[in-house]
Amino acid sequence: MTALLDRVAKAASTTAFGLSALAVASFLFAAAIVVGFLFWQTNKLFTDQVIATLTAESRILTSEMRVGGQNKLVETVTALSRPQGGLGLYYLADGTGSKIAGNLNRIPPELEVEGRGGVFSYQPTEDGGATHLAVAIPVDVGADLRLIVGRDVEDQRAFANSIRFAFLLGFGILSIIGLLGGLAVSRLIVNRMDQITSTSRQIMEGDLSRRIPTTGRGGELDGLANSLNEMLDRIESLMNGLREVSDNIAHDLKTPLNRLRNSAEAALRDPRGEEAYREGLERTIEKADELIKTFNALLLIARLEAGPLEESTETFDLGKFVADVSELYTPAAEEAGFALAVEVEQTVFVRGNRQLIGQAIANLIDNAIKYSRGGEPGSTITVNAYRVGGQPAISVGDHGPGISAADRERVLKRFVRLEQSRTKPGTGLGLSLVAAVARLHQGEVRLEDNHPGLKVVLLLSGRCLVAAPNGLDDAEPGLAAQ
Amino acid sequence: MTNLGSSVLPAAGLPRRLGDSRLNSERRDDEGRTHTMRVLVIEDDKETALFLQKSLKENGHTADLAHDGEAGLSLANDGVYDVLIVDRMLPRLDGLSLIKSLRSEGNRTPVLILSALGEVDDRVKGLRAGGDDYLTKPYAYSELLARVEALGRRTAPEEQQTRYSVGDLVLDRLSHRVTRGGEHILLQPREYRLLEYLMQHAGQVVTRTMLLEHVWDYHFDPQTNVIDVHVSRLRAKIDKNFEKPLLHTVRGSGYTIRDGPA
Repeated sequence: MTALLDRVAKAASTTAFGLSALAVASFLFAAAIVVGFLFWQTNKLFTDQVIATLTAESRILTSEMRVGGQNKLVETVTALSRPQGGLGLYYLADGTGSKIAGNLNRIPPELEVEGRGGVFSYQPTEDGGATHLAVAIPVDVGADLRLIVGRDVEDQRAFANSIRFAFLLGFGILSIIGLLGGLAVSRLIVNRMDQITSTSRQIMEGDLSRRIPTTGRGGELDGLANSLNEMLDRIESLMNGLREVSDNIAHDLKTPLNRLRNSAEAALRDPRGEEAYREGLERTIEKADELIKTFNALLLIARLEAGPLEESTETFDLGKFVADVSELYTPAAEEAGFALAVEVEQTVFVRGNRQLIGQAIANLIDNAIKYSRGGEPGSTITVNAYRVGGQPAISVGDHGPGISAADRERVLKRFVRLEQSRTKPGTGLGLSLVAAVARLHQGEVRLEDNHPGLKVVLLLSGRCLVAAPNGLDDAEPGLAAQ
Repeated sequence: MTNLGSSVLPAAGLPRRLGDSRLNSERRDDEGRTHTMRVLVIEDDKETALFLQKSLKENGHTADLAHDGEAGLSLANDGVYDVLIVDRMLPRLDGLSLIKSLRSEGNRTPVLILSALGEVDDRVKGLRAGGDDYLTKPYAYSELLARVEALGRRTAPEEQQTRYSVGDLVLDRLSHRVTRGGEHILLQPREYRLLEYLMQHAGQVVTRTMLLEHVWDYHFDPQTNVIDVHVSRLRAKIDKNFEKPLLHTVRGSGYTIRDGPA
């Protein structure tokens, strides 16, 4: 019982209940105004009717008096006062106040004052008890007579009473049903809210896999639950990403840190002395530089994933830029025994982060040179810039060992390096950075088979594509910088 | 396409004095070396600041220290410095505000910004605030020294030089011709620009990153030493068939072009 009371009290204290109570109250208030007005109008109509009847009757009696004198009047009043005469009430008295004719026994106390009409109550003689309500007006029939004509309105009063009762009953039922409805609605909402609250508590306690249950009926509460669940999915994947990254940092930074420490220690122990120290320090600096590179790449990826870099967005000719960056690598590729074939579409103007796209191209070409060594000697690395389906694209293809279809998705993740490439130099962040640059430009990275080898396509969003700008500095960037 | 017969004549209208001084690169070298720079280091980490002071002194420069932005600003305004090294995050007054306030007072001393913030946007903001160069922590000291010396050279009156020469190597900026000992050397456009930048900073050490930034305008990590291959190709053209090498590799730093021992 107390539990039920508690639940009712809890439901009654909710916002939902408050709102439905407010709705019921305002509905009742509006209904009361309408009903009150109707009641007043009906009452007025009845009263007007009675007054009209009384006025007509008083006119008839006045003319009787004028035509037939007092006797005729007394005769008519007496005739009208007979019980079968109707609802009329009459009282005729002489100047001294003693009754001459009529069915009222005395002047009702409410109408003592002469010349005034109004409402009064009286007891019909036959009933002997129950008072009836009546309306009467005085009739001017000469100075030495006093005549009051009235009408019993008990029926109307009973009608009004029954209407009033019906209205009150209606109001009562409405209020009760409204409040019960409010309670039910708030119970419903409180239950759903409790689910959300308890889920979020469990999540706060560390169970990120919890989700808010939905009814599947698609109401706005389901909508809320769904978007909260989506948010939780995103948070969970971010958290997992973070955990993965910190695991990887632990692995990929600790290993080189350890190597750095080892080489410093080895140099210290070396009996050759000064010469060994120098070599050791040089090796230490080299290893520190590698660590810094990895660290910078990690920070850059993290920054790119946090949102756009507005300050350094610029418009440039993608084809020209790709050719330019390729030119930087051509000698290095040739030195390694590979040819770099560059083919770019003209006038693909792009609005984006030139330096980051450059970094992405550099990473791709650098990877291509590195992995071509595992393929046929003297093969050609192809670099292209073109438009595909309204999107600017850059592709770099090599004829190295390639990546099996199963592993392609995986290598875009941070630090993922396929086992066979673990021994090659590099941070393992190259492709992840390319993917982050693609995401920054609302694009994507696709890994394809180059028959044989790997072809990486960096697609930028179609929104990055711009019309050829007027007055774009045609000078080579290198010259402009000076 | 050999043009062995062409003589080395200064372009018309070239000041005689300039041509003379440039012809004697030995002298220029000496000037470069004895030129002592006054550097103000505004850096709140005292260990780093002392390390920079000591290292700069070893390289023949003098360095004053300030450990917060306000002290740094008043020193920069009072003293006469060739280069300011400003850390971006400083107590009292941050580096960028310091530079803005210096520039608004008409102080044009070259500024090298040091920052732990190394993203593309940060560099743009730093240069926009009035900085002349931007170096991300952690950096190699050799990189910092090369950049400070390059900035210090900038304070010398900007002469619109139309001709650079080191030893018998001459680069004419008007005709885009390069000759050595009167022999015409045919260069690719990028090789020409590489040589131009090196000769502009003759006698100074130029790092690979500086080359990447100024010759290619790339502010990203090329992953491998792609610059080395470009430099060795250039070297093959300007040094290979000549007795005395001019383009030297400075171990652990970068390159320098000079007439004399590296």
